[in-house]
Amino acid sequence: MKRGRLLAIFIVAATAVLIAISVIHPNESAAALADAGTTGLLRPSTTPDAAVENLARDIGQRRWGSAYSKLANKSEFTEADFQRDLTGTYMSLRSYATLDHFEVRPQHASQNEAQELLKLHWSTVVGTFEDTKSLHVVKNGDRWQAEWPLVKEPRVPPQVIPVNYLRWDVIYRGAQDDWGAQDVESPHVRIVDMHPLERGDGVLIMGELLNEDVVPAYVSVKATLLAKSGAAIATEDSFDKISHLLLPKQVTPFLISFPGVELAQVASVRMEPSSSLIAASADPVIAIEDQKLNPAPGASLTGKLVDQSGQVVNVVHVLGTFYDKNGKLVWVADHYMDRALLPQVPASFTIPIPPDIAGQVSSERAVTAIYSSGGFQ
Amino acid sequence: MRFRLWCLVGSLAFATLSPCHAQSASMTLPKQVKAGSPFSIQTTGSGKAVLYIVGFGQVVRRELQLGQTASFSAEDMHDAGHYVAALIGQSSTDNGAFDVVPASQPANLSFLAKPSRLPVSLHDGISGAVYVFDAYQNLITAPTPVSFQLSGTSGITQTRTAETREGRAWTQMDSAAKEGAAHFAVHVGDISSTRIIQQVPGDPCALRMSARPSGQKIELQTEPLRDCSGNAVPDGTVVTFTEAYDGKQTTVDVPLKRGIAQAELPAYNGAKISAATGVVLGNEIHWGKQ
Repeated sequence: MKRGRLLAIFIVAATAVLIAISVIHPNESAAALADAGTTGLLRPSTTPDAAVENLARDIGQRRWGSAYSKLANKSEFTEADFQRDLTGTYMSLRSYATLDHFEVRPQHASQNEAQELLKLHWSTVVGTFEDTKSLHVVKNGDRWQAEWPLVKEPRVPPQVIPVNYLRWDVIYRGAQDDWGAQDVESPHVRIVDMHPLERGDGVLIMGELLNEDVVPAYVSVKATLLAKSGAAIATEDSFDKISHLLLPKQVTPFLISFPGVELAQVASVRMEPSSSLIAASADPVIAIEDQKLNPAPGASLTGKLVDQSGQVVNVVHVLGTFYDKNGKLVWVADHYMDRALLPQVPASFTIPIPPDIAGQVSSERAVTAIYSSGGFQ
Repeated sequence: MRFRLWCLVGSLAFATLSPCHAQSASMTLPKQVKAGSPFSIQTTGSGKAVLYIVGFGQVVRRELQLGQTASFSAEDMHDAGHYVAALIGQSSTDNGAFDVVPASQPANLSFLAKPSRLPVSLHDGISGAVYVFDAYQNLITAPTPVSFQLSGTSGITQTRTAETREGRAWTQMDSAAKEGAAHFAVHVGDISSTRIIQQVPGDPCALRMSARPSGQKIELQTEPLRDCSGNAVPDGTVVTFTEAYDGKQTTVDVPLKRGIAQAELPAYNGAKISAATGVVLGNEIHWGKQ
């Protein structure tokens, strides 16, 4: 009886001690891991690292007010400006992106100021993009605060841009029509180039598709790898590695991935381009200026996109087709712009080229696929 | 199928048989009846009877007095096919078969024309198939003369004649050299059916552009684009302008509007400017100093 009473007293005392320890020394790592490093308990901003980490966590949890209040230079812009800098003024990939994780890298520090590199890794429906900010961090009293390098979006002055609107609409066959009445013909498309390539992680099928017709086409390409026996090894489609909307006589590259397949297994490839009519507009026109092939190391295609119309484009997808000196297709790569493309305002892009391909590339062709609120354009 | 019909008729006869003392029942059937035509069946014998006529889509039951003539109006039998008749008397049965054939007068056409859109000057590019039906939607299997006509904006009409085989006829036509909507019609007797075939321009035959300075830019403009038959290439067709300079290039995909494509590109001395649409290449312009 006496032994049992002692045990109960011990358990109560141990519980109280553990609770006290957890309050005094919270374990941050568990919470941080659970939320992939974007959340977690805030710790006092007594160091430059801690100040930047706290800021990044607030951004990850979209606590704009809290993040803004932590800035040293908040008098230079409003909270709305700060939020727009991160999420974009117009609807874009940024608007619905979530912070996957972040990295904080100290650059240098002194008694009262420091330089920190903050890398924000955002995830979107079409992949990830990275935001890198070089933050100047200053000490105010006993705590550190970051200065946010706000980039103000350039705006064109108010003006009217005349557009000769060109648009196609489609009337399909109705249920009340005679069964012999023909429906509108699907657009005629043709694969003008196709090239298989074995890469470390599988087989890639690259090619180009032409809309031969006089109407816009919604296109897609499906490929089936066939073994010597004729049996299908795998079937995949181009998914988003293609410009799905093709205006008359327009060409798009496409890339189809077959992970885990060896080219030696493949005897032939069955290509199935498909097209259907789509209501579409010929505007806005996007110019791709200053395209440049940058050699290895860090080989890439860089350039600037210019929306020549007066319409905001919410999402721009840039597709690059790369050729060798004989004009043979050697690579297809793409890049999504994370911010909306504003009228007449150039926006830079970079499409990386793998080092083993870069040496073969001699020329390129870039096209854009654009999406504006309301659908395909 | 016929076996099933006979089984059905046999079952009906068996089910309705009852002891009787009347004269045996019999009937005289026509060999063939045209769909939608009146006809009659003469019966002999005495007493009451029931006449059943069973076809693929139709069953008729008539109570009658043996010795009378059973008359059927034009609307009674209109589905073409093989019919089985059974006369069930009180003491005996009689049965037989006859055919209902499609009316000889065409009343409806089902006309399939493909494609609905094709380039100009394409040999045998348009095909048309017609199925000929009577007023009751029976396929008229007897050979019937058919005339196909394709008339377009050029004013030239192509005509082909054919005769249906097993109810259908088909033909092939060339698309005209001039773009526009063509009326593809089929005539059978005094009825006809028409489909619209859109004849569209082919690939541009040549692409020529000119350039002129416009401030810090070069204004590029193509000449009106035409195919090799002289038809204007439709608006919306994409022309790609490419400007190469100092190891860089600028491209812009511009749709034709009112027959021409226009673009503004940055002006660089020594730039090489080219244009292309689809697989057709245009002229090259060297801008400024070399």
